[in-house]
Amino acid sequence: MIEVVNVSHRFGENTVLEGIDLTIRERRVAIIGSNGSGKSTFARLLNGLLIPEQGTVRVDGADTRDDAKAVRRKVGFVFQDPDAQIVMPLVEEDIAFGLKNQKLGRQEIARKVDEILERYQLSDLRHHHTHSLSGGEKQLLALSSVLVMAPDYIVLDEPTTLLDLRNKRLMLGILAALPQTAIVVSHDLELLTGFDRVIVFDRGRVVMDGPPDIAIGHYVELMS
Amino acid sequence: MNLGLYVHRDTPLHRLPAGAKLAALLAAGVIVFLIPDPLWLLPILGAVFGLFVAGQVPIGQAAHQLRPAAILILLIFLVHGAFTSWALGFLVVMRFAILLLLAVLLTFTTRVSDMIETLERLLIPLTPLGVHPEKVSLTLSLALRFIPLLFDRFTRIREAQKARGLDRNVFALLMPLMISTLRMADSLTEAIEARGYDPDRPVAKRR
Repeated sequence: MIEVVNVSHRFGENTVLEGIDLTIRERRVAIIGSNGSGKSTFARLLNGLLIPEQGTVRVDGADTRDDAKAVRRKVGFVFQDPDAQIVMPLVEEDIAFGLKNQKLGRQEIARKVDEILERYQLSDLRHHHTHSLSGGEKQLLALSSVLVMAPDYIVLDEPTTLLDLRNKRLMLGILAALPQTAIVVSHDLELLTGFDRVIVFDRGRVVMDGPPDIAIGHYVELMS
Repeated sequence: MNLGLYVHRDTPLHRLPAGAKLAALLAAGVIVFLIPDPLWLLPILGAVFGLFVAGQVPIGQAAHQLRPAAILILLIFLVHGAFTSWALGFLVVMRFAILLLLAVLLTFTTRVSDMIETLERLLIPLTPLGVHPEKVSLTLSLALRFIPLLFDRFTRIREAQKARGLDRNVFALLMPLMISTLRMADSLTEAIEARGYDPDRPVAKRR
């Protein structure tokens, strides 16, 4: 369970989040809102990438302020631009990066890398240079590199923005099959099919929180 | 543009630990400089070519990498021939050729990460002097990953500027590149943190 209690945050003079109170228990939760509504900032709070100026964020009881390392082990984060997330020169090295940080042994790392490459059909690319991958392959690698760490929760920031239709469908399939709780920040309403809950942000506040049909309707109205 | 030259093949050379290959390169460096007769170096050169075959190194790619160095070696040979002796020139060229070929063989058959990991281990004794092996190794890996990416961004910005008629304006090229690089550095920091990187983690605990 993720608890966000009375959270407010500013960048300089600009208030980006104000008075956010949320508890996330559902398996599929979407965060939608216009550009600059605070949704990406909110997502960064969930795994301790950002510590709120005011209020508390807790993941299964662990406070992001006091125990960021524990929180990051629980919450994986997939960034919008995979190029900003892929840190190693070879595909298999990038997947292993997070596992090495978890202090796992060499054999266990190799086993987990093999498994994830197989699961997401990246085995043929394991020795490829990450720089030479296509956009879709990079996004898939970015997601695999996080999933290999087996987080309990996964936060995805605009996971389909840079994808073509084929890769977008592939991503939708992967998302649907994830055993973890997934919190997806997105503009892409098609992505939200089958979600349990949709939270609409506007100017740093939650303006609607409910089932997809109602929340999306409110968002569309807000945008028009 | 990729900085790493590693080409994966399933050969004993590829499987050999990076540390052993680096040590062999170092030993070869010493041996070839101890041998005074270039004719004795010929079988060693032959053995090195044999290793290229054994390592299934793509010859075209290797030749492409070696072309600039081959020109330099040829120049060294000519300078020696002109100012000292052709025999000495041949000896020097043989030594350089062997070492160069071995170095290329190493880069084609060894993952950069394995070499960096070896370097990281070699740096451990320097930890009391304030050296952070973990940080050095991550810095090298990130350089290998991000230099090609920066090159791409540079090309993209240059094309965007050209499209707007700014053909030769260095300032117009460098400013956006610098801003883009700083943004990338920010995102990278977040990405590394998000994946649990701990710069103070002792190297030994990873094994």
